[in-house]
Amino acid sequence: MESFVPFIVIMLGAATPLIFAAIGELVTEKSGVLNLGVEGMMLMGAVSAFAVSITTGSTTLGLLAAIGAGVLMALLFGLLTLTLLANQVACGLALTIFGIGLSSFIGKDYVGKPLDALPSMDLGWLSDIPVLGPVLFSQDLMVYAAIAVVAAVAWFLYHTRAGLVLRAVGESHHAAHAIGYPVIRIRYMAVAFGGAMAGLGGAYLSLAYTPMWVEHMTAGRGWIALALVVFATWRPFRVLLGAWLFGGVTILQLHAQGAGIAVPSQLMSMLPYIATIVVLVLISRDATRIRMNAPASIGKVFHPER
Amino acid sequence: MRPSLELRSHTPRSILYLTPVIAALLTAFSGGVLFAALGYPPLEALYAFFIQPLTSLNGLAEIGVKATPLVLIGIGLSIGFRGNVWNIGAEGQLTLGAICGGAVALAFYDVEGVWLLPLMVIAGTLGGMAWGAIPALLKTRFNASEILVSLMLTYVATLFLSYLVHGPLMDPEGFNFPQSRLFHDSALLPTLIPFTRLHLGAAIALFIVVAGWFVMARTLIGFQVKVIGLTPAAGGYAGFSQKKVVWMAFLTSGGLAGMAGLFEVAGPIGQLSPSVSPGYGFTAIIVAFLGRLHPVGILLAGLLMALSYLGGEVVQIELGLPLAITGVFQGMLLFFLLGADLFTRYRLRWNRSPAAGTAAGAARPAEAREEAA
Repeated sequence: MESFVPFIVIMLGAATPLIFAAIGELVTEKSGVLNLGVEGMMLMGAVSAFAVSITTGSTTLGLLAAIGAGVLMALLFGLLTLTLLANQVACGLALTIFGIGLSSFIGKDYVGKPLDALPSMDLGWLSDIPVLGPVLFSQDLMVYAAIAVVAAVAWFLYHTRAGLVLRAVGESHHAAHAIGYPVIRIRYMAVAFGGAMAGLGGAYLSLAYTPMWVEHMTAGRGWIALALVVFATWRPFRVLLGAWLFGGVTILQLHAQGAGIAVPSQLMSMLPYIATIVVLVLISRDATRIRMNAPASIGKVFHPER
Repeated sequence: MRPSLELRSHTPRSILYLTPVIAALLTAFSGGVLFAALGYPPLEALYAFFIQPLTSLNGLAEIGVKATPLVLIGIGLSIGFRGNVWNIGAEGQLTLGAICGGAVALAFYDVEGVWLLPLMVIAGTLGGMAWGAIPALLKTRFNASEILVSLMLTYVATLFLSYLVHGPLMDPEGFNFPQSRLFHDSALLPTLIPFTRLHLGAAIALFIVVAGWFVMARTLIGFQVKVIGLTPAAGGYAGFSQKKVVWMAFLTSGGLAGMAGLFEVAGPIGQLSPSVSPGYGFTAIIVAFLGRLHPVGILLAGLLMALSYLGGEVVQIELGLPLAITGVFQGMLLFFLLGADLFTRYRLRWNRSPAAGTAAGAARPAEAREEAA
């Protein structure tokens, strides 16, 4: 049992960037927009958070910068797909290519610089409880924040009027438009939220998980987050479940190496990607389930006919 | 007085061909602004990026070298994109092509023969096809998103290559460097221009451009792909199979990407190393769009993107800018292109009220003109 504790602690950390990115993308997709640029937005969040934190010495400013960078990238995507009616798949890919390039460009001077990791919470006697203490009460703040955001999104989508409107826009933009909801404005907000969360997910990578900046340090996590949304069949709490599962796979790989299992590290590193494919296949196999749960207008261009 | 968009019934050719040029010019302009903002003389930097590589024979040959994989992959991807099949894992298929073709070269490292190179090309192409067949199978059989599967497989392929050059395929006399043996002469592509790196692959890429045009414009399967891409329902009524299009798209693009990968290791690189491509598989996506999914357009777009790689190298050497500037330029170019695409599908109308065109609204255009003046 004791040896299990570090496993869970690290798993929660590995899952956190995925939770942020996936929950943001879930809201974006619920509004009917497919943004494939998560990887690019995460990278911009990661590099902005790192650069601002190291320059100002303030993690808070770093996190704000990550949100800002993510939102800016998302608005660029919104401008192209929502205002200029461009193809969402192509624009998402463009956002990722651009984000990879721009983050490496900005981050050139920060490669290899050290940064103190986000401090873990110390909740006094709570953190000292054996097993439960380290797992539940001594993570860094972002781990809790990620879970809180999921709960907030679940409440917003299914228990508020605004959430209902957002889902309506995602199901049928023409119907929502006809009853007078500002489809484009609502989608802009959803896309911006997705960007902010992807930015935070990236920030967690460069500030807490591995406190440093390396080119393309997300290593496909933005794409795994996209797969998680499908895995979760667009339900917020299932995102948590999926992210922890992936966190577990990531850690398994590290532990296997530590335990001296004689599989080359490169082959072990393939695990999260192969797991993503397996999970996608298992979930997508049931075409009806996907059709029932996916927002009906996802990926479609909306141009109101007068 | 506000602008509104009106769907075009058909797109004038002029606009279709003009928008990529406008996008390229806007990119150059924004690049200049970026250079100025970073404190570099903009015109000088732009000259270094866009013109200087074109001023020497070696520079021109290098453009051919870098355009070869981009055009090969771009042609393959364009077929899928026309049919709404999104293969974005060409980078992985390229890597598998390099691995399979390279493995053949290494298996016969002490045997020479004219048959070796063709065998490598076949192995590389088949390797890319096999890697492309995985997302095609999972898409057609289990409905799994080909976008995510093909992309995940890219990471798997890169890790696999890294494993091979750190392990089974590592040069035994290479002082533990993560590289394979150097290929010998009959496993290397002959060069077309002496003292440059421009290789036979470039000529093959040109042939593929023609073949790609023929398939899409003159054969039934090309027609089926286009119909399914435009209106899947119509394709269904006509009895065209969506699954067939998915398979055809992935096998073609995977095969061409694999061939491109083999050309890289049997051409400019000459051995297997942990990195066989600076992201050609992803840049080829831009090439396909910039070239309007048309083979000739893809050829021109491939040359321009090759210039962006070369330009990035020149400004790195001359001005000390990071090489990542290439990615920034490529991203910007795609943004401008996708933004400008609006005008291929919609027409901008100034102040046409909903009633305009009916008898009651006949007076409105006159008012509009007054307002405008």
